[in-house]
Amino acid sequence: MTETFISWGMDPNWAWGVATICGILLIALPLMLAVAMIIYADRKIWAAIALRRGPNVVGPFGLLQSFADGLKVFLQETIIPTSANRGLFLIAPIITFTVALLAWAVIPFNSGAVLADINVGLLYILAISSLGVYGVILSGWASNSKYPFFSAMRASAQMISYEVSIGFILIGVVLFADSFNMNEIVKAQQGHGLGIVNAFGFNLLLFPLAVMFLISALAETARAPFDLTEAESELVAGYQTEYSSMSFALFWLGEYANVLLMCTLNAVLFWGGWLPPIDWAPLYAVPGIIWLFAKILFFFFVFSWVKATVPRYRYDQLMRLGWKVFLPISLLWIFLISGYLMLTRYS
Amino acid sequence: MIQLIAFYLFATIVIASAAMVIFARNPVHSVMWLILAFFNAAGLMLLAGAEFIAMLLVIVYVGAVAVLFLFVVMMLDIDFAELRAGFVRYLPLGALVAIILAAGLVFAVGAWSAGGVDLAARAAPVVSDKSNIQQIGELLYTKYIFLFEAAGIVLLVAMIGAIVLTHRQRGGVRTQNISAQNRRRPEDATRLVDPGVGQGMKL
Repeated sequence: MTETFISWGMDPNWAWGVATICGILLIALPLMLAVAMIIYADRKIWAAIALRRGPNVVGPFGLLQSFADGLKVFLQETIIPTSANRGLFLIAPIITFTVALLAWAVIPFNSGAVLADINVGLLYILAISSLGVYGVILSGWASNSKYPFFSAMRASAQMISYEVSIGFILIGVVLFADSFNMNEIVKAQQGHGLGIVNAFGFNLLLFPLAVMFLISALAETARAPFDLTEAESELVAGYQTEYSSMSFALFWLGEYANVLLMCTLNAVLFWGGWLPPIDWAPLYAVPGIIWLFAKILFFFFVFSWVKATVPRYRYDQLMRLGWKVFLPISLLWIFLISGYLMLTRYS
Repeated sequence: MIQLIAFYLFATIVIASAAMVIFARNPVHSVMWLILAFFNAAGLMLLAGAEFIAMLLVIVYVGAVAVLFLFVVMMLDIDFAELRAGFVRYLPLGALVAIILAAGLVFAVGAWSAGGVDLAARAAPVVSDKSNIQQIGELLYTKYIFLFEAAGIVLLVAMIGAIVLTHRQRGGVRTQNISAQNRRRPEDATRLVDPGVGQGMKL
């Protein structure tokens, strides 16, 4: 995009700055729109599985429901509890929201269509997603209330635990792709399965990792069945209990932006990203961004489906799954994958 | 130009937030300032062209170490009056530590400006088109492999030590055997019987 601005007669430095800002807006604004629609989709899917109608009043088929909700919270009063730690109480939702947007900088939407094409893209995503926990911890502590605090403790332990296994799973992908750059990872998947399927997930060595990543992604975003941080039967509404108005809406937006990010990571790391599913020339006529969106929406459907059907885990079972099942298996898998690559690729 | 602005921005924030770590009255605020300092230090690493170190700094320190700090500090029951009370009592000890640190700094700067000591043949900076993940990896797994493995063993010992110190066996606790539960089939647990009237049944 920088070249376009330079060709319009702009100074290269300014062109770079303007191009970056345009890129940020091009990602952030559609993302917010997507979040609004995905909340609607989530409620519709959930309702359909429970044989209900879901939102169907505002706009055609209830399509404008999320916007009505957004407008409602926007008009409400922001209530700050008197005993809350004012500064941190207000910063916490801002951190959650900002961090949820930051990670999108390295997601490739098409060949070369990426805001920051850095060679440590995957590490950047790990680094940013590890920041997400601060919004939750701080809101729980700053609320100065019992249930939000319990929720914050649960959330921090849960996110740290699953980040460990996610890290190891990602190393398996990096070993196969031979790069930390997200675009390179997508390109490495071209014809990976039997020379025709564009997906790491088709590889028998990587498929278990793909499944573990999907489950870890559910835990990392605190979605059902791992939504213990918001377990309404035990903790009211978890860390968001004391929040109202826009500060609540920021949590809401950040949470769904994170869910979308995890769906995108599933698509990009294991199922070919912007590549068509089959390595067949006519399929490349469809723009890569459409394939990527189709994959993201599929994984979002899986997330909603799980939310509607699977009962909530107990906390000790959650910890057991993270530390005693996923961590040893993903460690073992790194040995298997590196051994396999040593024998086949590097010998 | 933009590098210079970024450097001064990051450096100023690192120093200011490091000072705020000490000056903040509330320990939780201290940890938050510490996180800000870590984050901007990562920014400085990025400017130095060490993007791998920068990301590791954020993942390890901000993502794990500081979260555990915050976890512990949040659960402290802080009495602010008591915090301030010990100032005079700890002043001599604090002053001693400050003097030692200052002397150390002066010596280090003096030794450095005098030319430093060539302790061992250092690995020359590799100038190539490889990314610094590859460069670090190549050095770490060839030249420094024994040091690297020794560091790993030290960490393993520390981990086992921590587990041994905190692990305790409690009696009278019923734990869940997940694989046994998963192996259980309906026929193991249920029984269909048709007792006659007035005969009752044996459980």
